[in-house]
Amino acid sequence: MKPYTMTVSPDFMPDYIAGWYIFNTWLQRQLGENIHLELYNDFATQREAIGRDEIDLIYANPFDAAMLVREKGFIAIAAPLDKPDEVVLSVPVDSPIKTLDDLKSGTRIARTDDPDVNLIGMMMIEAADLNADNTDVQMVDSYVLVAKALFQERADLGFFLQEAYHSLSDFVKNQLRVLLSSEIHVVKHVLLASPNFVAHQETLKACLLDMPNRDKGQGVLDSMGLSGWQEQTQEDTEFMIDLMDTLV
Amino acid sequence: MQVLVHHDGSRREVFVTDKEVPFPEGKLIVSRTNKHGVITHGNQSFVEMSGFTEDELIGHSHHILRHPDMPKAAFKDLWDTLARGEKWSGYVKNLRKDGAYYWVLATVVANVRQGEVVGYTSVRRKPSRQRIAECIEQYQQLCAQEVS
Ligand SMILES: Cc1cc2nc3c(=O)[nH]c(=O)nc-3n(C[C@H](O)[C@H](O)[C@H](O)COP(=O)(O)O)c2cc1C
Repeated sequence: MKPYTMTVSPDFMPDYIAGWYIFNTWLQRQLGENIHLELYNDFATQREAIGRDEIDLIYANPFDAAMLVREKGFIAIAAPLDKPDEVVLSVPVDSPIKTLDDLKSGTRIARTDDPDVNLIGMMMIEAADLNADNTDVQMVDSYVLVAKALFQERADLGFFLQEAYHSLSDFVKNQLRVLLSSEIHVVKHVLLASPNFVAHQETLKACLLDMPNRDKGQGVLDSMGLSGWQEQTQEDTEFMIDLMDTLV
Repeated sequence: MQVLVHHDGSRREVFVTDKEVPFPEGKLIVSRTNKHGVITHGNQSFVEMSGFTEDELIGHSHHILRHPDMPKAAFKDLWDTLARGEKWSGYVKNLRKDGAYYWVLATVVANVRQGEVVGYTSVRRKPSRQRIAECIEQYQQLCAQEVS
């Protein structure tokens, strides 16, 4: 039988690539199913694969959850424990910008292609009357490059996933300052299963929620940078999608 | 005390002061209602900013937060827009239990489940000072027209 395909939102931290492969091996053993892990370099290529119905399991960015759940019929299985997607707006350490209201039209923004971070970031600066039309947005390949654009003063403001910001080296962080952090709490990555995977849905959920207690489970979680999984109901996910929809 | 006239003509006396409470930076104020605008859920910021307890809010019509400076026309537009199946956005001045107020930029969407509208979600974010200044003027004019 053709193996199932699992994929991971391309915004995961590079340090955890190996962890996802280890997780896949662990999961196959737990479920007794063949699963192939396919990683994509960027969101656009991953969305094309989703469009061709090639994906059965996905650790999805909240931004893509809307399309997966509402257009493709994916079902919510679990969310990472205590790991909401929060955004850090950061400026160079000596920047004259002290509060959101100091941001002016023409602000140069450095960011990655991470869709939920960009959505939340743009929403946060809208309070200072900034939008896509009166800012100059530079898209770079990683959060390290966002930081670099800031301390080399090629950008005035950077959008970071909070987790990525905090994992920057102290040397880099010392050259930056946090302007504002989001505290939204309910926007998070979710593990979703396609309608094709429905037969294994309950086993998968039970297995993830019990992961720290199962053979090697804790070690696998550590290698993915997760502390565990928590239940994510379909309604939790629908609510998150409604909320994201208000921010678009 | 000021008198608030609801869309159905009923009246309520409310305590109003001119103290403004700033929007909590970085947060979102979220509440949900059933199809009739009765509050079913609110996040922590929603409860804190309102000055009411969660028990006082849940089960109550969302007009519990209505400020007398808000024109009826704004909420008519909200409900008309939702009835057309569209998302509504607008600047809202809300009244707290202690009489103070806070401005928000609210966006309301329908919660559609299995093809049916089961309720609504409102997500409020920090509004721009400039847009608030424009709204104050516009809402004053609308309120004046509504009384005359
Ligand atoms: C999801 C949702 C959230 C709402 N939030 C508010 C609010 O924060 N403040 C408010 O005055 N009205 C809010 N409304 C509108 C009220 O339902 C109501 O139309 C308005 O307060 C005027 O009510 P009245 O004509 O009975 O005074 C909300 C409606 C919905 C559906």
